[in-house]
Amino acid sequence: MAAKMIVVDTSKCTACRGCQTACKMWNHLAAVPTEGKGTYENPPDLGSTTYTRILWNEVETAKGLQWFFGQARCMHCGDAGCMKACPVPGAITRLESGAVVIDQSKCTGCKYCVFACPFNVPRYDRAGARGFGKDRSFKCTMCVDRQAGGNDAKKTNIPACCKTCPTGALSFIDKEGFQALSDAATAKGLKVYGGPGSKLDTSVAFFLEGEPHQYGLPDKPAIPAPTYLWRTVLKPLGMVAFVAGVVAALAHYFAIGPKDSGEGGEH
Amino acid sequence: MTNHWVDIKNADVVLIMGSNPASNHPIAFRWITRAKENGGTIVCVDPRFTQSAAKSDIYAPLRSGTDIAFLGGMIKYILDNNLIFTDYVKLYTNATHLVNPDFKGPGELDGLFSGFNKETKKYDKATWSFQVDEKGVVKKDPSMKDPNCVLQLLKKHYSRYTLEMVSSITGCPTDKLEEVYKVVGSTGAGDRTCTELYAMGWTQHTVGTQNIRCMTIVQQLLGNMGVPGGGINAMRGESNVQGSTDFGLLFHILPGYLRTPVATDASFKAYSESLVPKTAEPLSMNWMKNYPKYTASLLRAFYGLNGGSLETQFSWLPKTDVGMNCSWLTIFDNMYKGQFTGFFAWGQNPAASGSNSNKVRNALKKLEWMVTVNLFDNETASFWRGPGMNPAEIKTEVFFLPCVFIFEKNGSLNNSSRLQQWRYKAAQGPGQTLPDADIINELYFKVRKLYADKGGAFPDPILNLSWEYGEKDANGKIKEINPETVAYEINGYWVQDKTIDDATTKQARPFKKGDLVPAFTYLQDDGSTACGCWVMSGSAALPAAAVPAGVDAKGNPTPAVPAKPRSLKSKGRGKADPTGMGLTPGWGWSWPVNRRIIYNRASVDGTGKPWSAKKNILKWNPDAEIKPLANLPAAKTPPPKGGWVGDVVDGGGAPPLNADGSVNEKGFLPFIMKGAGVSSIFGGASLAEGPFPEHYEPLECPVERNLLSGTRINPVIKIFKDAPEDVFATCDDRFPLVGCTYRVSEHWQTGVITRWLPTQAELAPGNFVEMSVELAKERGFANGEKVVVESVRGQIEAIAIVTKRFRPFKVGENIVHEVGVPWHFGWATTARMDVKANGLPYSNPTFGDSANLLCPTVGDANTMIPETKAFMVNVRKWTPADEKGRG
Repeated sequence: MAAKMIVVDTSKCTACRGCQTACKMWNHLAAVPTEGKGTYENPPDLGSTTYTRILWNEVETAKGLQWFFGQARCMHCGDAGCMKACPVPGAITRLESGAVVIDQSKCTGCKYCVFACPFNVPRYDRAGARGFGKDRSFKCTMCVDRQAGGNDAKKTNIPACCKTCPTGALSFIDKEGFQALSDAATAKGLKVYGGPGSKLDTSVAFFLEGEPHQYGLPDKPAIPAPTYLWRTVLKPLGMVAFVAGVVAALAHYFAIGPKDSGEGGEH
Repeated sequence: MTNHWVDIKNADVVLIMGSNPASNHPIAFRWITRAKENGGTIVCVDPRFTQSAAKSDIYAPLRSGTDIAFLGGMIKYILDNNLIFTDYVKLYTNATHLVNPDFKGPGELDGLFSGFNKETKKYDKATWSFQVDEKGVVKKDPSMKDPNCVLQLLKKHYSRYTLEMVSSITGCPTDKLEEVYKVVGSTGAGDRTCTELYAMGWTQHTVGTQNIRCMTIVQQLLGNMGVPGGGINAMRGESNVQGSTDFGLLFHILPGYLRTPVATDASFKAYSESLVPKTAEPLSMNWMKNYPKYTASLLRAFYGLNGGSLETQFSWLPKTDVGMNCSWLTIFDNMYKGQFTGFFAWGQNPAASGSNSNKVRNALKKLEWMVTVNLFDNETASFWRGPGMNPAEIKTEVFFLPCVFIFEKNGSLNNSSRLQQWRYKAAQGPGQTLPDADIINELYFKVRKLYADKGGAFPDPILNLSWEYGEKDANGKIKEINPETVAYEINGYWVQDKTIDDATTKQARPFKKGDLVPAFTYLQDDGSTACGCWVMSGSAALPAAAVPAGVDAKGNPTPAVPAKPRSLKSKGRGKADPTGMGLTPGWGWSWPVNRRIIYNRASVDGTGKPWSAKKNILKWNPDAEIKPLANLPAAKTPPPKGGWVGDVVDGGGAPPLNADGSVNEKGFLPFIMKGAGVSSIFGGASLAEGPFPEHYEPLECPVERNLLSGTRINPVIKIFKDAPEDVFATCDDRFPLVGCTYRVSEHWQTGVITRWLPTQAELAPGNFVEMSVELAKERGFANGEKVVVESVRGQIEAIAIVTKRFRPFKVGENIVHEVGVPWHFGWATTARMDVKANGLPYSNPTFGDSANLLCPTVGDANTMIPETKAFMVNVRKWTPADEKGRG
């Protein structure tokens, strides 16, 4: 299978949120209770049954008021913090297509991946409502099941979000074709964020009309230092038990503490 | 739509005004995005910075209800800067026509046109007419300099709409006005075209029809009608609303836009002839001269050959009283007054969708019985247990008939592009649900039996109906409706054998009883054809006989071709695009005769050459030979040479000018549905308010006077005043904010379907009210706070969205705030209705009641579409007492 990727051209996104619904329908994800909070944005956060959501950002720019529509979603990193942090062999893997997927039957619920993600994406199923046990982690799978079982002629083998997008804001392409798209976007004055060859070598790229933070994206995404230490320095030294304690404490801080603040729910 | 969805991609300028397609027509944005990718400029004019505004190159704000002022200024700008497409305007519009010298406009009569009667609030339209010569032909001034010619009158009328005046009325800054005017005005010349996309933001006003007419004047001046990437495009509020009007769901028309007969139509002949415009214009095709063929064929579709003569069948048709209005607002006003005993609320939810919903809800109490046909329980079906209702006192007996969803039945729908597409049943409906057509079938045979057994008043129309829509049981009852049989009746068929002269090839062409008609050009006025909706005639493909294997003229063997049964073109899914302009004639079928852009003869110059080589959909080839039909004897007189290449031409025949520019006496002007053959810049007597659109304020407005004249509101609207709910508050300190209702992507109409879908309720969980940062600061509202929005008629709870996307308007010397609320919600939530899904409670109940509780009972003077896009409200802090009031 050729390496694949998703391109999010925010200049074409109208925030119809067909992607949010399509994701829930295809993946059989239950709706979460929501209420109006003074924004169109809902649900208020990603979750074990919410793999993607549109972020609505009102931004004053030199050109006047802009309404930038961002998207919270797994970036399917080549250098994936979640994979680095995961202590269970085979629980998080990268497929040939580039998709990074969690196998909940192997996941032990340690939540390391939750705080190790540079983009704050995985969420854990506190109550075990998804049927895999408590605290199992969930996130976007790049619709690996559609990719494997779909029909090429009818494009049912592309992720549900890309299939439903009416404007072409979301497209599913061969990585080989990215450079040409990316050059064209740059020529139009769009900023390319992520993608193959970027620092984290992501299989998702954004084309932006503004700065990343104006879309709810981190300006300089990086794997948090504790994960880096764990994987590249401490783990080889065999200090597993010691670090687990440290990491768990940090995990709580990162996962529970700052999670709601970063994604522009209020404006 | 005059054009079609895909054609939006051909536009150089897309004007989004009176609509918000990014939210409400999300798929449309695929083509708007293409236009942008092709270098087009997207312009959005809206009171609020919408999702569409976010995707536009230019956004201009305007206060709700001031579109005519905005567009009037645009017309003035186009005329002042000489941006008109002169050749087009001279040849294809009535700009050169001379108007009755006694005609006077609002500039002279303080906001009124000549002929206004203050007592009756109606116009005598005698002066809204044209000067004619001794032959009855309209007099013209090709130089367009005569002070009574349409162009000069237009200039005079809109000379009052200066940038400063328009800015004062609309609240849009003058530089923004100029920016929009300039870019739209740039499409008058060369290859450039502008398309206009509107929806309920234009129709739901007391001046709704004139809003749209005002834009048609802009498009005529710029030569943007009939051309690719042009047109006036109504994006329908529901996927089959186009179908509902095509098939006469409105009270004033029968299927195919034929006028509903009135009591004074003395005979079928008189009725049919009254539909044909009188014209002496030599180059006018006056297509409506064919209407008697369509009315005759419609009667045959209704009654077959029962009763014999068309006159007898016409006597069976229901007729309205002269001047009788049976529109939505009037129906509920009459229901309120106790004039109905029963009511079918079929596929609708008036207790939430009806403007001034409290009046609607109280009207339902006056009924003896009501039948509701729907998917889920709703505010209408359960009105008797809604807020403020005492079930013990309500006598209305309610029957709920569950119907299937669109994907649980076969059938077709007509979308905004006038495109009919067949849709296939994908799943079996649950329980005892039935398709709507089968519910009608059951009702019909029960009612028919009652008439047959007991007689009753006027049984003939029921007993003589032709009802051949499927297989019959032993008692002659149709077991279940086969929608294809309905589709073939809509196409039309011969009810007797007849041989006619084929209009194109001039060959004698025999047809047998039961044969399908090839198109509406074959329909007859003598009762020999039946057709359920003439505009849809041609939507079926005729069967073809098998061709045996043989040898062609060169001696090469030709393969056998099997017989082809009849079929429906709406099932076509061909993607071929021969013109490269996105017409894809093999995809579905659009009326009329699969023409994708109507008035397409206006896309070429007088000699039939495309105005633009880049936007070429049609051209005249004077040397083309008409091919005879196979298996028929040759024509006695061969057909004249000449033919059109490209899209299906409007009407046929030659263009109005010869190649040397001289008039071709056998040619035709492009606007074949108009008596004069040209489009109307001057509207004559067609509309209630006047021949040119004039700005009037909404019934409820924030200003004491119309800045343009002493006539504040549309002078000819009907004011309802008999019900206690019919109250209005204008320039009232209690309701100082302009209110507007709209929709979100996630919900459908009143939400009867989508509020029951947890994924949709999750995304849009309830009422909100959007307001400016300035207003919130002034009133002390916090973002996310629960508030109450109230008008003089009702109130709703909502969550405040405080946003920079609403800005205060400077109207005259005053600051005017506007707020907006979506109208998808209602009190009958999944939590309240005590229902279960697979034994479990429904998740995600929504919050808030219908925003239509706020809106007035007042309508457009021509259509009676309610004014729900501009009315006056207040927003106040929420208190626990408001929760109790929820009921």
